[in-house]
Order: sequence, then structure tokens, then C-alpha cells
Amino acid sequence: MRGDQANRLNNGGLIDRSTPLNFRFDGKTFSGFKGDTLASALVANGVKLVGRSFKYHRPRGILTAGSEEPNALVELRSGARREPNTKATTAELYEGLEAASQNRWPSLNFDVMSVNQLFAPIFVAGFYYKTFMWPAKFWETIYEPAIRRAAGLGRAAGVSDPDHYDKAWAHCDVAIAGSGPAGLAAALAAGRSGARVILCEEDFVLGGRLLADGDTIDGLPASEWVARAVAELEAMPDVRIMTRTTLFGVYDGGTYGAIERVNDHLPVPPEHQVRQRLWRIVAKRCVVAAGAIERPIVFAGNDTPGVMMASAMRSYINRYAAAPARRIALFTNNEDGWRTAETAIAAGLQVAAVIDARPDVSPAHRSLASKGGFSVLHGAVAGVDGGKGGIRKISVSLSGGARAEVEADGLAVSGGWNPAVGLTSYHRGRPKWRDDIAAFVPDGAPPGMVAAGAANGAFGLGACLREGFEAGAAAARDAGRSGSIGSMPVADDEAFSLTPLWHVAGKGKAFVDQQHDVTASDVELAQREGFESVEHLKRYTTLGMATDQGKTSNVAGLAIMAAVSGKSIPETGTTIYRPPYVPVAIGAFAGHHRDENFHATRLTPSHHWAAEQGAIFVDTGLWKRAQWYPRAGEKDWLESVTREVKAVRSGVGFCDVSTLGKIDVHGPDAGAFLDRVYINAFSSLAVGKARYGLMLREDGIVYDDGTTSRLAEDHYFLTTTTAKAGLVMQHLEFCRQVLFPELDVQLTSVSDQWAQFSIAGPKTRDLLKEVVDPGEDLSNEGFPFMGAREVALRGGLKARLFRISFSGEMAFEISVPARYGEAMARNLMIAGKPLGITPYGTEALGVMRIEKGHVAGPELNGTTTAGDLGLGKMMSTKKDFIGRVMAGREALTASNRQVVVGIKPTDKARRLRSGAHIIPKGETPGPDNDQGYITSVCFSPVLDQWIGLGLVERGRERIGEIVRAHDPLRGEDYDVELCNSVFYDPDGGRQRG
Amino acid sequence: MRIVCPFCGERELGEFTYLGDAKPQRPAADAGEDAVYDYVYLRDNIAGVMSEHWYHGGGCRAWLKVTRNTLTHEISAVEPAAGAGAAKVGA
Repeated sequence: MRGDQANRLNNGGLIDRSTPLNFRFDGKTFSGFKGDTLASALVANGVKLVGRSFKYHRPRGILTAGSEEPNALVELRSGARREPNTKATTAELYEGLEAASQNRWPSLNFDVMSVNQLFAPIFVAGFYYKTFMWPAKFWETIYEPAIRRAAGLGRAAGVSDPDHYDKAWAHCDVAIAGSGPAGLAAALAAGRSGARVILCEEDFVLGGRLLADGDTIDGLPASEWVARAVAELEAMPDVRIMTRTTLFGVYDGGTYGAIERVNDHLPVPPEHQVRQRLWRIVAKRCVVAAGAIERPIVFAGNDTPGVMMASAMRSYINRYAAAPARRIALFTNNEDGWRTAETAIAAGLQVAAVIDARPDVSPAHRSLASKGGFSVLHGAVAGVDGGKGGIRKISVSLSGGARAEVEADGLAVSGGWNPAVGLTSYHRGRPKWRDDIAAFVPDGAPPGMVAAGAANGAFGLGACLREGFEAGAAAARDAGRSGSIGSMPVADDEAFSLTPLWHVAGKGKAFVDQQHDVTASDVELAQREGFESVEHLKRYTTLGMATDQGKTSNVAGLAIMAAVSGKSIPETGTTIYRPPYVPVAIGAFAGHHRDENFHATRLTPSHHWAAEQGAIFVDTGLWKRAQWYPRAGEKDWLESVTREVKAVRSGVGFCDVSTLGKIDVHGPDAGAFLDRVYINAFSSLAVGKARYGLMLREDGIVYDDGTTSRLAEDHYFLTTTTAKAGLVMQHLEFCRQVLFPELDVQLTSVSDQWAQFSIAGPKTRDLLKEVVDPGEDLSNEGFPFMGAREVALRGGLKARLFRISFSGEMAFEISVPARYGEAMARNLMIAGKPLGITPYGTEALGVMRIEKGHVAGPELNGTTTAGDLGLGKMMSTKKDFIGRVMAGREALTASNRQVVVGIKPTDKARRLRSGAHIIPKGETPGPDNDQGYITSVCFSPVLDQWIGLGLVERGRERIGEIVRAHDPLRGEDYDVELCNSVFYDPDGGRQRG
Repeated sequence: MRIVCPFCGERELGEFTYLGDAKPQRPAADAGEDAVYDYVYLRDNIAGVMSEHWYHGGGCRAWLKVTRNTLTHEISAVEPAAGAGAAKVGA
């Protein structure tokens, strides 16, 4: 069946003619077959114009048949699944595929912005910098938006991606990139020797160039050999073949990045399946058999639709049975290009002429020419007459100086082959130049990696098989596998003769980088203007910076630069190669870590109960903490928080404080250890008592604070702030293992093991009596302020009880094993009902700590000393501790430091805002007069006004002074009074009562 | 990058936290401000083989002394850091 596929050949190809597929391109319906790519289906349908170019909006066609494609980029799919800049040459055809051309308006055929071509003289290299210099403010408002509209690639979907992406690890002995002859041979050798092998192939079929170029291996047609090799590999339990998977990056320690396009070949991934999966493959050895990329020759009009790489033409004809043209001309400088002429004739297509840049052509090719009835022209293509309709005529400058014209609708070009040196060069490797093939080849590779076959500059089929097989065998051996590798596959080595030719001088635009519209004259201009280094050339002209990363253009660009600067190509050198080898969607890097799964979420033990109560939660690091518990009729958060504070201060309330870091410190030297990490002493702490401790960094700045209790002679229970829980554990482990190994002490993180609640308010004891076993003495004498011990609860559960107070009220903190946390919250609510118990959140907690003048995160901000916080007296002079010496430095003990002080507005009705700067009365706000700032504020229900804490120069000596709070961010400026930082119950009678 | 933890075996970078130069030793309590100043602030920035402290927080919580080439990321030795930063005697 042929249908409307007018350019589909009647026979051959690796397409399934029994499975026709319909698809749409720019709104028009076409058909193709299973096994097609979008590009091959377009070729089969005679579509030559597929896009408009980046800068000049020139009509462009399909240049290649692989992932190096610069031109045939489309928007694939629609709506939320629209994916811009998809290479038509690698997009697998599926039923109902929708694609649209890019960078054209209103249509591909009639594109208004193609007038850019008329202004081409100003769009030369560096034109942004030269043309849009003035006036400066026009850049953001006029120039840039206009340029962005006119120049560009596809449009992002603009809405959230509905699909899932996955990340996975894999481990193996030998990873192999590419399944051409070298890759398959490597896999056979490694697999047979018993190695665990992962073979990655970016295509959806294995075989690489063998799919297009056929040939004979071990006396079999290549397709048959491939089928046998694949069957053998599939039968090996330790060989994993991953198609649609590109090895894109090389990382330290034999780790490789690979992107598997799991379901890109379907319109929508099946339910519960991902679209793409990002692999991190850890391999003892890696064989890069990524092949080579045929390179263009730069000549005027080389971007005309219908100009195609010679090898790509063979791919379309042989693999896809699709004829890119009816009458084909070939422009080559090497032997390999001729295979396209052979292929065309074998497929019954006409060859118009072969233009060979070399002085001699082999007798075999001469006889092919006479048999095929075409002429061989010695010379070069000087220009192409054509446009969006394709090629009309090709003009040739013959080596004798004469001109000739060739009528053809397709032009195959072969400038030789560039080994794919990307993977081997990602660790700043610089490939080396080989004159015999006029190409860069890998010069070494990252540890554990080796290139084989065409990727290593071995272009003959026999050599590819040999190198691949040997590399696979060596890799397996290095990985400790010693099984029999069997016999090596054998094939002939074709002759490879090439006369380098990079650029044919001529009239008209000759493109080096087709995706970024960089011409040969841009390269020459860059050289004239002094951007001669290849790294400068790249950035000045944007050569090789497009989504294809210059796979078809980089070497040609630097060859032209070498020519105009009078240097050799190896002297000119290459730019640094960087991963990824192909574009990888950010979604794949994110995997499932997006939206609510962006990071892990930690829930407090009472979370579900709090959610039932309608709590509003706040993110605190990974934690979700109840911020306040709104009640019906309350108009805002402030009303709820004020109610909670009043309830605690007049009755009893409780708050889940399980998020604090908790560390059990065990061992005979536990006290000595704590003495060294805290500024104050803990070895002197009596069993059954708790103490507030402050830790410094070694540079003398405050690190963290919290209470630590001594539960037994050799057992302390240490708490940290929520934010620093993990870091303090790490720091203490450093102190224990690295600094003080002589101390016999062990640390155990128990943050997740204990649910801890603060119970506060004058009726706390009344509540606890209902919860704690009646045999426990909770009186002031039996359980004094800062007491800490294990108690039995009613029902027998053991709990830890600490008489500590952050709120300033009579308070206890009670710890139960985390699994009892939720039951504890429910139990407190039931037991406390007659007392009017009120759950409170982190806001009320914060209000009460500010009323009490306790420091917290805003004051422990990485710049303050113990003295700044008013805790200087805690620093022991009788022992050494972390940070002691540096804390004594002149600047850290200076009398004019900014220290914690209370702040209240002179106008009692005014709201304070943290961040406002403190300026002396009568001074102009500015850096010279800046004396500090407000760190924490709250509305104090007790004082019925806003209050705050601040860090203010000599603050504690200036109690009663009126200063300015200057807040340019919010446009506020008002007077405040510096006051004692303890606003509530300054003598602490309530918490001791 | 992968580090062979002496307790857990070969693990990937994400399980570890970097601290820095493992050479400085914490001065003795009576060493004076200059010695502590050197210890806290003065660090060699070595282009080449360096001894570094790493923390296996995603594993056994051991502090490790890792010998690493900062130019190639090649790791030539990993050992427990026990005592590596302990006070310099007579400093």
C-alpha cells in the first residue's frame, strides 16, 4: 500500500507496512508506517520544508537522520504535553502524532519574519552588542522583547507537565554506549565472559549504521548478523539492553547519566508509567561506541531544503524506504560518500552527478558512474538555486576553474566523519587531531572509559568490530570476568580516503551552524574583530551553542577559523566539551521530586489530631507544624493567637514541640564531653535536673541552644533547635570522633523516637495530675523548677518529664515514645476539658517567648555572641570549650556591639515590624547612623500592644532611650523606646511557682 | 563521585557531607589566640592531593579522612577520622 506516501519506495526498509499510522504536521494529515520517525514519514510524504531558521527565518528542511539534527525541530504534541525543539529525526511515529513547525508566523510557507533576511547585513555575529547599545533602558522594554519574538525556537507548553518522570540507579561491570557494530561486538565479548552489561542505544532499534549501510559480517547480511547478536545478548541473564536510552554524561567514580525515553513514542504514557526515566549507571568500565557524525561542507545555499547529509540519505532510503529526492546529486570529498550514489541507484533513483572534491576517483566508481549514466565532476558545489520549494539547480565550480550546473532535487553532502568525542571529553579531555582521517579523535578518556570503533576514529566495519570486541573483552577482564569470549565477528575494512574540504567560497550565505544561523562570514568577522580563540568564537557568534550543541558545526567552524587565522586545525583546538550529550528535560532530573513531593515532609506525632482540629500549618524546614488553631468566629490569625496566649497565661495549654532535635548522650565521660561543647558546665549538673545550654562555633559565634537534662550519672538528654537538629548531631559527632576521641561517650539521635509536648499555664499541675500516675510527686518540692526525670503515666506508660518553661508560665514538657504522641494529644484534650485546655501553635509559642525575652532563630543568626544575647555570664572560665578562645577576641567583646534589647513603640497603638533599622533620634538614616535593627515582633496580649526584640548598639546601656525605627522597605518611620527584653514576669516567679 | 566508607562500603556522594581540610589539629587549651586563629581560619587551598574530612551522615555517621586529588577527584584513601583533629600536643 502506498496511499499518499508518494516518496515511499516500493520495497525494503525496516518499516512495518502492515501498520500504517496517521499523523498531523502543521494541521495537515499524513500517513506513515510503524518504524518511521517523524522525519522519515515527512520524507516519504515529500515534505521538504519543515521549519524556519532561528535568526533569518530561512526555510529549512531535514539535514540528518539522527540526534545531531540542527534544523528539523518541531513542537511535538499539543496542550500541556507540547514539547518544543523536538528533533523530527528521532521522534518515533505513533498513531495520532501531532507536530507543528517552529519560529514562523503566520505559516511555515508564508513567514512574515523572513524579511529578516533582507536585514541580514545587520544580523551578523555580535549584532546584539553592536546594534542595541543605546538608549540603555530600551534594552529591557523594546529591544529584547522584539528580538525574542523574532528569533527563537519552539514554545514551552506554559502549563504544568501532566506526566511523571522517574530516577533510578543501575550497577554493572560494563556499560556500553551505542549498539552499532562496535557496541554489539563489545557487548558480545563482555557478555560472553560473564560480565554484567548494560547496553544503551538511543535509537529504538539496535544496529546503528548497520541499519542503513548493510554490508556483510561473518559472511551474513548485516541485518541477519545483528538479529543473531541481539538474540544471543538477550539470552544472557546479566546483559541488559536499553533502547531509547542515551548515555549523556560522565561523572566521577564511574557514574554515568542516561536518559531513557520510556514512553515518548506513545501519545500518552500508559497508566502508572513514566514518560522518561533518568538513570545513574555505576559501571566498573564503560565502552563508548557512540559512532561518528558525518560532517557537512559549508557552501552558499547549503541550508536549502533538499540538501542532506549523504549518510542520512542512505538512512532514509535503506532503513525507511523513503526517497528524499528523485534526482540526487552527491557532493563528497571522500570515498564513503559514494555509498550514497550506490544506494540511490540500487533503489532505482536517479543520480544527477557526483561532485567529488578529490583529484582522483576509483575505477570502480567510474564504472558505477557510466553504468548509472551520471557524470563525475571534479570540483565543489559553489551554490544552490532553490528555496522553500527545495532545490532547483546546483552550480559547481570545477577544479579547472570552469563552472557547471547540475539539475537535481536533492543534494547529498559528505565532508567526512567526526568521531563522537563528547563522552570521552567530558572531564576536560581535549581530543587530538588525526591527519589521515582529518578529524579529532579521543585522546584518553575519564578513568574506566574507552572509545571503540568509529567513536575512536576506526571507520572501517572490520575495524569497528575488532575494536569493539577487544574493548568489551578488556573491560570485562578489568571487571574481574574471565569467561570465554568466543570468536570475534569479522568483516572487510573499506578504504577510507579523504581530501579535507571545509568551506567553498561563493556568493550567498553559507551556513556553519544551521540551528543558530551562524555563517562562514560570521566566523571570518569574529576573527577580524579579535575573537580568534575558539572559546571566544563560540560566544561571540553563538556557534555550537544551540540545542544540538554544534554536533554538525563545531569542527567546520574551527576549521574555517584556522584557515582565516593562518593556523592549523589542531593549533586552533576545540572548545571544552560539557554534558549533556543530548538535551535532557528538567522534569527528568526532578523525577518525582516536584510539587508536594519536592522534598520530604515530616509530620509531628500529633499532626493528624491537629489537622482534625482545623490547625493552620506552617512549613518549618521539612516539618509541618501547627501554627494556630482557628475557632469559628475569629476574624484573623491575630485573634486566634491572642486567645491561645491568654488561655495559656490564665489556664493551661499545650503545644507539640517534638520537632526539637533530641540526642541521647551516654557514657562515663558524657558530662566532660558536654562541658567541651557547651559554654557552660554540665558535668556539675545533678541527676534529675535540666539546664539551659549554649553552644558556640569554633570562631566564637553562637551556634545553637537548648535544654539538656541529666537522667542518670552517665546519661544526658540533649535538645537542639528545630532548624539545627541534624547539624548539631553532625557537629557533636565531629567533636566526639575527631576532636575528643579520648572521651568515652556515645551519641544517639532520638528526635524521631520521642513525642514531646509543652504543657504550660497556672493549671498545668491540675492537668498533669490527671495524666501522670498519682504516685508521682509533682509538687514544687517533689519536682522543682528545672527538674527532669522519668515518670509513670496513668496506665503504666513510662514518660520523661521536664520542668522547663519557654512561655514563662508554670510549665512542664512531657516526652512519650513517638507512637503514643497522637494518643497523648487526645488524652490531654480529654483530661484537660474541665480546665478549659487550649492547644496552641507556633505563633503563640513565639509570642510568649518574645514576652519573656527568650532568644530564638532571629537572634541566633550566625552573627551574635553569647554576650550579644545577654548570656555572656554563662561562659565558664574554668574549662576549655568549643569557641572559647575566638569568643575572646577584641571585636567580639567590644563594648559597642549590637546586643539584644526590648523594643516598644512610643505610640502604643502602632504595629512594629521586624527588619526596621534603629537610628538615633535626630540623625539621618544611613549606614553611618545605623545602630541595629528589630529582629522579632509580636502583639503582646499581656501588654495589649506590639513589642519586639532588637539587636541594638549598646542596647542594654540605653534602656529608656527613644530612638527611630526606620523602615524604608515599608515606608515607615516611627519612634520606639529601648527597654528590658523581659516584658513579662521579669523575676520569673510564675515559672517557679 | 563515590566514596568507599570503611564501615559501609562504596557509597555515592549524596550520602556524604564535606567539611574541609583534615590537616589542622585543634590547639591545646593553653595554646593562645594566634594558634587558634590559625586553626580556625588559615586553610591551604590545595590543587592536588589533599586530606579532607567527610561525614557519612546518610550512613553510619562516621567522620572520615579522605585523601582526594582536588583536580581529578580521584580518591586514594579513606579511613576513619578518629582523633584526626585532636589537640596538638605542645602546640
